[in-house]
Amino acid sequence: MDSVAAQTPAGSPAVGAPAERREGREKVTGRARYAAEHPLPGRAYGWPVAASVARGRVRSLDTSGALEQPGVLTVLTPADAPRPAEPDDPTLRVLQDDRVPHHGWFVALVVGESLEAARAGAAAVRVEYAAEEHDVLLTADHPAAYTPERANGGNAGRRLRGDPEAAFAAAATRVDVSYRVPPLHNHPMEPHTSTAHWDGDRLRVYASTQGATTVRATLAALFELPEERITVTAEHVGGGFGSKGTPRPDVVLATMATLRTGRPVTVAIPRRMLPAATGHRAPTLHRLRLGSGPDGRLAGLLHEVTTYTSRVKEFTEQAAVPARVMYAVPHSLTEHRVVPLDVPTPSWMRAPGEAPGMYALESAMDELATALNRDPVELRIANEPDAEPDSGKPFSSRHLVECLREGARRFGWSARDPRPGTRREGALLIGTGVAAATYPVLVAPSAASAEALPDGTFVVRINATDIGTGARTILAQVAADALGVPLERVRSEVGSTDLPPAPLAGGSSGSSSWGWAVHQACAELAARLAEHSGRVPEGGLRTLADTKGTADAESPYARHAFGAHFAEVAVDTATGETRVRRLLGVFAAGRILNARTARSQLVGGMTMGLGMALTEGSTTDPVFGDFAESDLAAYHVPSHADVPDVEAHWLDEEDPHTNPMGSKGIGEIGIVGSAAAVGNAVHHATGVRFRELPLTPDRVLTGLRAARR
Amino acid sequence: MDGPHHETGTGDRARESARPTGPGPGASGGGGALGTLPDACRSTTTLRVNGVSHTLTVDNRRVLLDLLREDLDLVGAKKGCDHGQCGACTVLLDGRRVNSCLLPAVALDGCEVTTVEGLPALAPPEDREDGENGGDPLHPLQRAFLERDAFQCGYCTPGQLCSAVGAIAEAVAGHPSHVTDPAAPSGEPVPLTREEIRERLSGNLCRCAAYPHIVEAVEDVLP
Repeated sequence: MDSVAAQTPAGSPAVGAPAERREGREKVTGRARYAAEHPLPGRAYGWPVAASVARGRVRSLDTSGALEQPGVLTVLTPADAPRPAEPDDPTLRVLQDDRVPHHGWFVALVVGESLEAARAGAAAVRVEYAAEEHDVLLTADHPAAYTPERANGGNAGRRLRGDPEAAFAAAATRVDVSYRVPPLHNHPMEPHTSTAHWDGDRLRVYASTQGATTVRATLAALFELPEERITVTAEHVGGGFGSKGTPRPDVVLATMATLRTGRPVTVAIPRRMLPAATGHRAPTLHRLRLGSGPDGRLAGLLHEVTTYTSRVKEFTEQAAVPARVMYAVPHSLTEHRVVPLDVPTPSWMRAPGEAPGMYALESAMDELATALNRDPVELRIANEPDAEPDSGKPFSSRHLVECLREGARRFGWSARDPRPGTRREGALLIGTGVAAATYPVLVAPSAASAEALPDGTFVVRINATDIGTGARTILAQVAADALGVPLERVRSEVGSTDLPPAPLAGGSSGSSSWGWAVHQACAELAARLAEHSGRVPEGGLRTLADTKGTADAESPYARHAFGAHFAEVAVDTATGETRVRRLLGVFAAGRILNARTARSQLVGGMTMGLGMALTEGSTTDPVFGDFAESDLAAYHVPSHADVPDVEAHWLDEEDPHTNPMGSKGIGEIGIVGSAAAVGNAVHHATGVRFRELPLTPDRVLTGLRAARR
Repeated sequence: MDGPHHETGTGDRARESARPTGPGPGASGGGGALGTLPDACRSTTTLRVNGVSHTLTVDNRRVLLDLLREDLDLVGAKKGCDHGQCGACTVLLDGRRVNSCLLPAVALDGCEVTTVEGLPALAPPEDREDGENGGDPLHPLQRAFLERDAFQCGYCTPGQLCSAVGAIAEAVAGHPSHVTDPAAPSGEPVPLTREEIRERLSGNLCRCAAYPHIVEAVEDVLP
C-alpha cells in the first residue's frame, strides 16, 4: 500500500481502546533489557560505600584492602574522584568533599571486573569518620521549623483566606486532630541503575530513569560535554514512582567510573542503600482543624503540616495543597513548615503532597461526619465548591459528586449501618469507609515527530519514557486517531535522547505532555498528506512539533482529576491484624486513553495506598540516623496475599480544557485517598480512631485494648 | 561438589554457548575477574540451562542469578534485591522454584535450570504459541499475562511467571500452602482457588501491583 486516506477516520477510534502493550511480548519472554542488561566488552561494576555516621567528616579512607582484592580496578574517593561541574541538584554532588551530610551518603565507589570483586572491595574499604552530633528526629514543635516560600511543585508554602482561627472557634461542630504519616519508600522493583560507556567520543548511558532528557542535560552540564555527544537510553524501566524522576547518584557515579577506567561501568545501587541514596517520601505531621455548622457545611479549615528536609537541599512535601482544592470553605489556612535535619534527602514519591495530605484531610472529614452523625458521602457532597476555593478559578471539569455516587452504588454503600464497632464475624470486626481523591492536571511542553512512509505506515518519535505506564502504546493510539489511520499502521519509538526531547514520566503528566506533541505532529502530517492528495512521496514525509508556548500556557481553569475510594476491612481483635477485603475506586480523570493500561495503573495506585494504610512504614533510627526499614524484608510493600479484590472504574468525563486528547493523567490519583478510605473503614469496624500510619497489628491491638479499658 | 582443584579449562560446549564477556582468557565464567582470582576461589560447574549444558569456571561467590545474567546473558531473571526478599530472580531448579540470588552456582553442579527464556519449551507443543514472524514462542501463561495485562514495568514479570509455573506444579503434586484446608487429603492435588494462588505467589513482589491481573492470568491456565 503506498497511499493512505489520511483524513478518513478508520472505524472506531484507537484512543480509549484496550490495546495490548506493544512491548508486552518482550517483557513476558525476558527479552526486554533494562539498564544493567547491556553486555559490553570489558564491562566493570561499581559498588558504592555508604557513610556509617549520621553527620560528620571522612577523616581517613583506606583503600589498600580494597585494591588488594582480586579484580578490583580502582576506588573513587572524595580525594581523587573526577571533578565535574557544580550540579543544580546538590544530591548529585557525590565524592567531591569529605563532608557527610547524612547516614548512607556515598563516600566511595569501588570498581571491579565483576560484581563479586566490587562488592568485596567495598566491604574492604576502611573509613574513619570525625562524627558530629546529629539531629534526625522530626517533631511538630521543632525549633528549627520554618515556613518555606515554596513547597514542592512551586506551591505556596502558606495560604490564608479570611479568618480561619475565628471561624473555627465559632463553629458549632469542631474537629481538631493530628495525624502522622511515616517516611515511605518508593522501592521500584528495578534498583536505580546506570551503565555508562564511551563509544568513540560519544558517551552512551543506559539509565533507569523516568526522564532521559534531563539525564542527558545533567550529564552534559556536569561533564562539560555537548548534548549532541551524549545518548541516554531508557528503553525499559523497572518502575520509578517518582524516585527516578530526576537523575540520581548512580548515573553520575557510572559516568565518573567510565571516565576513570575507560571501561563500560554499571552501577546498580544495592537495594538497602536505595532509601538513603535515591530519595523517599518525608514523614508528615498534620494538624487538621475543621469547623462546621449544624448543616455540615465547613466554616473554617486549617491544615498545618510539619515535615523535614535534609541539610543537602530543601524539599518540602506539599501535603497541605489538596485542602486548597477540595471543599468549599470561606476561611482557610494551609501551611507547611519544614525542619532541616541530618537525614537523607526526601524526594518525590507517587502523588507527593496529595497522598499524605489527602490521608489527613479525608480522615478528618470522616471524623467530622462522625461528630455530625452525617453520612460521610453526603458530607462531602454538601461541601462541594462552585469554583476552586483557593484560586477562585472555575474547574475545567469536576465530577467528584458523580464519583462518590457511582462508587456508593457499585460498592453497595446504601446498605451500610453507620454505627461503628457493630459488625462481628467471630474475632473479626468488619467495617467500610470512603474517601475522596484529587490530583492536579500537570503538563509540560514537548517535542515529537511524525513520519509517513511510502509503505503506508507511520512512525512517531519522542523521548517519552515507558516506566510501565504503557506510553509506547498510548502514543501510537493518539497518533492513529490524529492521522485517521488504523492503530496497526502506527509505530512509536520512545526511550532515547536521540529522539525529539520530551519531559519526564512524572506528575501524571506524561501522556498529556507527550500526547499533545504527538497529536500536533500527526495533525500537521495529516494536513501535509492532504496537500499531497494522500500520496506519500518517496523518502517519506516528516513533521516536527513542539508544544512550547501552547502546553505551558496559563489556563483560566483549575484543572484536576477527582475520584472516590471505598474500602471494606476486617480487623482481627485477637491479633490486631487488619485485612482489606475489597477496594473500589471511581475516577473522573478526563478521557481514558487506553482502558487496559489505565485500569492496571489505577489498581496499582490504589494498592500502593493499601500499603501506605496497612504495611508500609519506615522509622528513622535516632542513634544511627538512617531508616530502620531499608530493604524489602523490613519495609513491607503489599504482596499478593494482601490484595484480594481491587476494582477501578471511571466516568466518561469530557474536558475540553486540558489538552487535545481531553486526558488528565492517572498515574497518581489511585494512591490519593485510598489510605484514608482504609483507615476510615477501620474506624467503622472497631469504633477506634487511629491517627498514625501504618495500621500494623501492634498499633491496632494497643488501640483496641486501650479502648476496652 | 567440585573442589577448587577441578580442571578449570572450559569445555567445547561452554565455548559454544557462552558469550565472551571480557578481555581475559576463560571469558566464559565469572567475568574478567577470573584472571586474577586464585585457583582456590573458583570452581568448575556444569549446569543444564533451558536444555543446554554449560560447563563454566566461576568465582565461588557467584550466585546462580549472576551466572545466568552475566555469564550466559540470560537477563530474564531479574535482580531486585539480591537478598531473596522480592522474588524477581525466581527460576526453576530441577523443576522447583528458587530465588536464584541466594544459590551459589558452584553448589548446583549437575542441576537443571529453567528461566523465563525456557518456559515455552515446558509447555506441551499443542499449548505453545509459536512466535509470529520469527518472534519468540510463548508458554500459555505468558500469553495469559499479555491478555490480562498482568504487568506494568515488567521487572518482576519473569519471576512471577516462573513462580506461577512452579506453584501450579506444587499444587498438582499435593503440596499444601498456609491457606490449604488442613483437613484436605494429603498428597492429593490442591485446587488452586484465588486465595491459594495469592498465597503461593506472595514471595513475588510487584510494586506496580499487577496482582489481581496476575491471579486472573494464572487461573486462565490452570489444568
